[in-house]
Amino acid sequence: MNLIQKEVEKCDSLSGFFIIMSMAGGTGSGLGAFITQKLQDQYSSSLKMNQIIWPYGTGEVIVQNYNSILTLSHLYRSSDALLIHENDAVHKICAKQMNIKQISFRDLNQVLAHQLGSVFQPTYSEDGSFPYRRDPLGDLMEHLVPHPEFKMLGVRNIPQMSENSLAYSTFTWAGLLKHLRQMLISGAKMEEGINWQVRPPLSGLPPLGKMSVHKDLHLNTSVANLVILRGKDVQSADVEGFKDPALYTSWLEPVHAFSMWKTQRAFDKYEKSAALVSNSQLLVKPLDMIVGKAWNMFASKAYIHQYTRFGMEEEDFLDSFTLLEQVVASYGSLGP
Amino acid sequence: MEEGVVNEILQGPLRDVFDSKQLITDISGSGNNWAVGHKVFGSLYREQILEKLRKSAEHCDCLQCFFVIHSMGGGTGSGLGTFLLKVLEDEFPEVYRFVTAVYPSSEDDVITSPYNSMLAMKELNEHADCVLPIDNQSLFDIISKIDLVVNSGKLGTTVKPKSLVTSNMGAVTKRHKKPFDAMNNIVANLLLSLTSSARFEGSLNMDLNEISMNLVPFPQLHYLVSSLTPLYTLADVNIPPRRLDQMFSDAFSKDHQLMQADPRHSLYLACALIVRGDVQISDLRRNIERLKPALQFVSWNQEGWKTSLCSVPPVGHSHSLLALANNTCVKPTFMELRERFMRLYKKKAHLHHYLQVDGMEESAFAEAVSSLSALIQEYNELDATKSMPVPDVPRLSVAM
Repeated sequence: MNLIQKEVEKCDSLSGFFIIMSMAGGTGSGLGAFITQKLQDQYSSSLKMNQIIWPYGTGEVIVQNYNSILTLSHLYRSSDALLIHENDAVHKICAKQMNIKQISFRDLNQVLAHQLGSVFQPTYSEDGSFPYRRDPLGDLMEHLVPHPEFKMLGVRNIPQMSENSLAYSTFTWAGLLKHLRQMLISGAKMEEGINWQVRPPLSGLPPLGKMSVHKDLHLNTSVANLVILRGKDVQSADVEGFKDPALYTSWLEPVHAFSMWKTQRAFDKYEKSAALVSNSQLLVKPLDMIVGKAWNMFASKAYIHQYTRFGMEEEDFLDSFTLLEQVVASYGSLGP
Repeated sequence: MEEGVVNEILQGPLRDVFDSKQLITDISGSGNNWAVGHKVFGSLYREQILEKLRKSAEHCDCLQCFFVIHSMGGGTGSGLGTFLLKVLEDEFPEVYRFVTAVYPSSEDDVITSPYNSMLAMKELNEHADCVLPIDNQSLFDIISKIDLVVNSGKLGTTVKPKSLVTSNMGAVTKRHKKPFDAMNNIVANLLLSLTSSARFEGSLNMDLNEISMNLVPFPQLHYLVSSLTPLYTLADVNIPPRRLDQMFSDAFSKDHQLMQADPRHSLYLACALIVRGDVQISDLRRNIERLKPALQFVSWNQEGWKTSLCSVPPVGHSHSLLALANNTCVKPTFMELRERFMRLYKKKAHLHHYLQVDGMEESAFAEAVSSLSALIQEYNELDATKSMPVPDVPRLSVAM
C-alpha cells in the first residue's frame, strides 16, 4: 500500500486503478482480491477496474474453479468493474484468426495487449475543452456500469489477423460494424464462425417469447455497450444498428445504454478497426459453468482442507456461491 | 548411519555434493530393524539432527519444502527416515514434507522388509504431505528396456548412446548385479524435474507447494505415482510433433511408471504434467485433449489436470515430461504389502527383534495394519464410484 500511495501522490488527477490479475492461481487471484479490497478501503472515491484472466476450461490448475469463485465473489463486492478476458477465446483467436501454429503465452498476451490498447488508446473527447478524452477509464465505467449488480465486461475487437492475410484485405466501416453488431447479438467471441441466424425481433412487434428460448438463437441482451472506432474516414461510420432497443434490457434507453468513441488515427497495423466493450449476457455461460464445476467439487468436499488450513471456512465458500448464483440469475433475467 | 557406506560416497565422484558438516554417522546400521532405526537412533540423534536442520534452514530466504528420501524395507531408511518426518512436522509445521520412498519389490533380500514397510507406512500416512512411491523392480525394468533399445541398434544413429537418464557416469565401483546407479539416476531426474520450475524460468511456473495443493484432495490420499519420459534422447534435434505427442502418450503407459502400477485402467483423482524444454501451451493442451478420453477421472474432478511449463530441459534432452498421478492404482501395491506382512505376522516370526527394543510394543503393529487398511478402504470406495454415472448435485436456488 505504501508503494501505491507514492504513485498516487505523483498524480495530478487520479483516474482510478487498473488491476491486472488471473483467477486460477493463488497469488493473482487471492492477493489481487485482497489488494482490491484494501484500495476500496483506502481510496473509496476512486474507481477500480480489475482486468481478469479467465482460465482455460480445462487443465491449468485443478482448484481453479474454487479460486475463481472466491475471487469473483470478493471482487464483486469491492471492485467497480470487471474486464474479463477468457484464455479459451484468446487461444481460438490465435489459432483461427491469426493462424499461429504453435501458440505460446507470448502470442496470447499479444492479442490481449492489442485488445486493451484498442480500448484505452486516446480518442476524441466529447466536450471542446481538450481534443482528446482525458479520462477513458472513468468514462468507460460511467457508460458501462450503470447498475452495481451488472459489472462484468467483455471486449471484442476486429479485425484480428496475421500480417500475411492483412496484405490482401480491405475494410469498410459498414462491413466492420455489421460484423461487430452480429458478434454482439449472437455472443460470438471472434469474427470467424459468427451465427447469422440470431436476429432481434422487428421493432414494433412483440418479442418472440417462447421461440427465443432455443439456445442457439438466443439473443444476447446488453445492459450497455461502447463502440470504439479508429481509422480513416471514421466520421462516415454509421452506428445506428447498435441503437436498436431490442438489443438492450428494458430499463435503459439506448441513448443512455450506447456510447461511441472515435479517432482518425489508425491503431496498430489496421487501417480501420473497431472495438466493442460490452456489459451483456456474454459471460453468463462461462460463469455458470465455473460455478457448476466448483459446486460439484465442493459437494464432495475435495481440497477443502487445503483452504481451511489457512483460516478459511466452509461458510466463506457458501457465501461466494450464493453471491455468484445471484449474479447469474440477474444477468439471465435481462432478456425479454 | 553406517560409517562405511557414508565414507564410500565421500570418496566417490559425488563427494563435493555433500556438505560434510551435515553428515551424522554411527558405527553400525540398524540391522534391518525399523524399531532400532526409529526408536533407538531416533532418540539418540534427535538433538543432533535438529541442530543441523535448523542451521541449514536459517540460510533459506523462503523454505518451501523438505525432501525426505529413504527406502521402506530396511531399518535406518524406514525407521529413522520416518522418525525425521515427525521431527520436521513438530519443528517446521508450515513447511511441506515430500517423501520419495523406495518400496521393496517382491524379490527383495531383506526378510523383515514387510514389517519395516508396514510400520513406516503408518508414519507416512500421518506425517507426510506427499509421498512418491517407487520400487526397484520398475526401475530395473525401465533400465533393461533402455539397454535393449540402445544396444539393439534398431534405432541406429538416431539414439544418443549417453543421455542423462541412461548414463551411469556416477558409477562408484565395478558393476553390481543390479544397475543401481542407472536406477538411481532415474529417481534423481524425477527430483530434478520436480524442482525445475523453482530453478529455471518458464512460461507457466509451478512451486512445490502447488503440487501438494492440487494433487492432494483429501489429506490421507497423498500417494502419487510418477512417470518420466522420454527415457533416451534422439540425436535429431528438430523433434517432429509426432515424437512430442509420443512423449505424452508414453507417460501414461504402465511401462514408464516408476512403480508397479497401471494408472490407465484405474481411477484418477488428479494428474500433474510437468513439462520441460521447448514445448508451448498449445502442444500441452492438444495432448491433454487427445489423451483425456481414454482416462477415467473421478466424478468431482473430471478436468483434474495441473500443468507447468519450464523452458530449460534436462541436460542432453530437448524436452521432457514428468507426470504425477494421484490414482487408485497404488492400491494393489499396498494390498500386497499388507498380505506379505500378514504372512509373517501370523506366525509372529522375527517379532522378538522388534519387541526387545525399548519403547516398542506389539500394539504398534496392530495400529500400523489398521492405518493401512483404512487407506485401502478409501481407495476401494473411490474405485466403486468408477462406473457410476456422474451425480447431479442440485445447485443453490436464489430468490430474484
